[in-house]
Amino acid sequence: MKSLIIFVFLLILPAEAFRPTLLLGNLIERTCRQTPFYDLCVWSLKTNPESRNADVKKLARIMVDSVLKNKATDTLDLIDELLQDGFALDPALHKALSSCAERYSVIIGGDVPEIIEALETGDYKFAERGTNDAAMEANSCEVEFPGKSPLTHMNKVVHDVSVVAASIVKIILHSQW
Amino acid sequence: MADTNPFLPKSSSDGSHLTGSQATRRRPVKEQLTIFFGLLAVGLFAALLIGKNGSYNAHVHENKHGSLATSTTKKPETLRPVSRGPAAGVSEKSNRLSAKVDGNLLAYPWNNSMLSWQRTAFHFQPEKNWMNDPNGPLFYKGWYHFFYQYNPNAAVWGDIVWGHAVSKDMIHWLHLPLAMVADQWYDVNGVWTGSATILPDGKVVMLYTGSTVEAVQVQNLAYPADPNDPLLINWVKYPGNPVLVPPPGIDKMDFRDPTTAWLTSEGKWRITIGSKINKTGIALIYDTTDFINYERLDGALHAVPGTGMWECVDFFPVSKTEENGLETSVNGPGVKHVVKASLDDDRHDYYAIGTYHEKNGTWIPDQPEIDVGIGIRYDYGIFYAAKTFYDENKNRRVLWGWIGESDSEAADVQKGWASLQSIPRTILFDNKTGTHLLQWPVEEIESLRLKSNEFNQVTLQAGTVVPLDVGSATQLDIIAEFVIDKEALGKATGSNETFSCGSSGGATERGALGPFGLLVLADESLSEQTPVYFYIAKGYDGNLKTFFCNDESRSSAASDVNKQIYGSFVPVLEGENLSLRMLVDHSIIESFAQGGRTVITSRVYPTKAIYGAAKVFLFNNATEASVTASLKIWQMNSAFIRPYPNNEKF
Repeated sequence: MKSLIIFVFLLILPAEAFRPTLLLGNLIERTCRQTPFYDLCVWSLKTNPESRNADVKKLARIMVDSVLKNKATDTLDLIDELLQDGFALDPALHKALSSCAERYSVIIGGDVPEIIEALETGDYKFAERGTNDAAMEANSCEVEFPGKSPLTHMNKVVHDVSVVAASIVKIILHSQW
Repeated sequence: MADTNPFLPKSSSDGSHLTGSQATRRRPVKEQLTIFFGLLAVGLFAALLIGKNGSYNAHVHENKHGSLATSTTKKPETLRPVSRGPAAGVSEKSNRLSAKVDGNLLAYPWNNSMLSWQRTAFHFQPEKNWMNDPNGPLFYKGWYHFFYQYNPNAAVWGDIVWGHAVSKDMIHWLHLPLAMVADQWYDVNGVWTGSATILPDGKVVMLYTGSTVEAVQVQNLAYPADPNDPLLINWVKYPGNPVLVPPPGIDKMDFRDPTTAWLTSEGKWRITIGSKINKTGIALIYDTTDFINYERLDGALHAVPGTGMWECVDFFPVSKTEENGLETSVNGPGVKHVVKASLDDDRHDYYAIGTYHEKNGTWIPDQPEIDVGIGIRYDYGIFYAAKTFYDENKNRRVLWGWIGESDSEAADVQKGWASLQSIPRTILFDNKTGTHLLQWPVEEIESLRLKSNEFNQVTLQAGTVVPLDVGSATQLDIIAEFVIDKEALGKATGSNETFSCGSSGGATERGALGPFGLLVLADESLSEQTPVYFYIAKGYDGNLKTFFCNDESRSSAASDVNKQIYGSFVPVLEGENLSLRMLVDHSIIESFAQGGRTVITSRVYPTKAIYGAAKVFLFNNATEASVTASLKIWQMNSAFIRPYPNNEKF
């Protein structure tokens, strides 16, 4: 009898080692498949330790509070650097950079807090609004440059992360549960 | 190497495991240990494999700074009040970052002149910051009271508390101190939407949703601290709050926005609260005698599958015959009841007309195919979280609706405010169609009318634009009637193409019998313009269908504003001319077709058609029909909405 119990326990043990990883992969993958940027979505979430055992709401929160906020902050840092360099000599460029700085300040100080509060209190339409706005601010920044934009890559990252976040919020908003 | 198949059938060591003799027990233990470590090794090996497959290359995250962002947060920069760079490009709906398009789109920076023009002259808005849902409107001791969702700290949604204002005429508002703030555990995460009930003895009772410290949505009771204060400045929250918590089967975040209460035949008070079960929107029903203890009725007032969460549910009677409003408890043979819900899923307000069955607290729509959430909307533009109240002062039912912004939040932050309320509208049952309600701006708005210009029987040939000289054109009240050439109506060939405002090409898409109407907030060269118009579609069977649209696609040179085309089919009955009323007030346009049968509210943010450069035109873009228009256009005064004068006692 003891041997039977031990044997059953041994059968379960490796299954336990497998199961969390499989399910974790599944929810993130399932969620990210419903966004337009699967690879970005999966990588952003899987490399964040908080995504372990997270539900969809938590995944949305991670995408916004960690990924979007960090990427937007990095972009704002870059803009500040560029404004201080000689880059800013061209008045049109300076204008565009200043406008972008304002937009990114709003993403970080306006959109992100709005989205987080909406996710936490369950008034999801404001989370959708904030994520859509963040994507639009990044896009608007990009098109403000008369010539070549020095922020193309960062704007695309922030835009795409925002769109991913908006898609995840949409999943929550239209959820069946 | 370890055993690679942990799920080997028992047969290899079966006999030894199952026999119970002492002598054979020692061998199985050793075997079991081998199996144990074997499985462990396999498990670890497999976990390692999976872990490696799960990591992605860092190519997605090339970063000029060389490293992935850390999780430490940087304090957000304070906003710099700088002018914006040139703006041109794609709509916010796009999923791809598009390259700069349309070299013809000149770059316009948002400057302070453009942004400050956007503030309205006679629509309710606080002095600054964010507003959303209308709350607890009521008439008390000679004053109209209006409360609203407000963020005292920013021009985006968050930190929600109750703002408050009063007026003698629902037009000239005076701001008062905040009525309620988030100072209790049961509303610390948001003092959300609620409604007022006036008891037969004149007492005021307020029910509102609080988001608790754990973000649970609960219903709370509040009442005026001093019933003798006509301004109702101070409010008391019932010490035993919350009075209602989410019932079993209802998610703790799907339970909000209690309605005004109405009396049942048993003398109890009844309220409804919106929620959802799976994807079915639902209006829960509760009875109470004291507003403190509630009994939930089985089932619901009504539910509609597929509509999602019902926010800001409203329930009220309308008279089938009389041109006045009905107090919320009224019932009887000449009465129909309206159920309205704000759908969280699509941010639109829907209503339906039906019959209320008082005994079991249910309501059945007259026409299930246009049930709540799948049928008629209050407004085909921006209009949400609407709420009515019975105005006992003038015996009418009045509707408030939240009008959000459709520009970028960065612009809202820069200009320091976001959102408006609609001009309050009277609500009447449209007994000509039997399916619609009629909405009309309250008559008190007419007190703002200044000088007027009349244009009689202006004939617009197909394909013409006629300027109307009215002077300043940013604050207007317009009443217009259009008659389309009868012969052209008859001669036009029908088609089976279905038309919809939203998917059409806007005012430039020419049909035989439309579009025709007005261009407002248009500059001289028409580089910026907002057409509001009728479009008549003729079917194969010769039937005419009229549509009413508001086209924002060329409303502004800026790229970071909404450029949609709003609108809907509008019922036009035999013998009716096409009629239109418009209130233009800087960045808001409210348009009413056929006496308010179909309404469109839109927000526009022109960069050039502002101040003295804004003009009004008549236009007829039909290909085969001429149209005759008669209009009266008034300049509108400001309502001078401001704080309640300091020298008055509080």
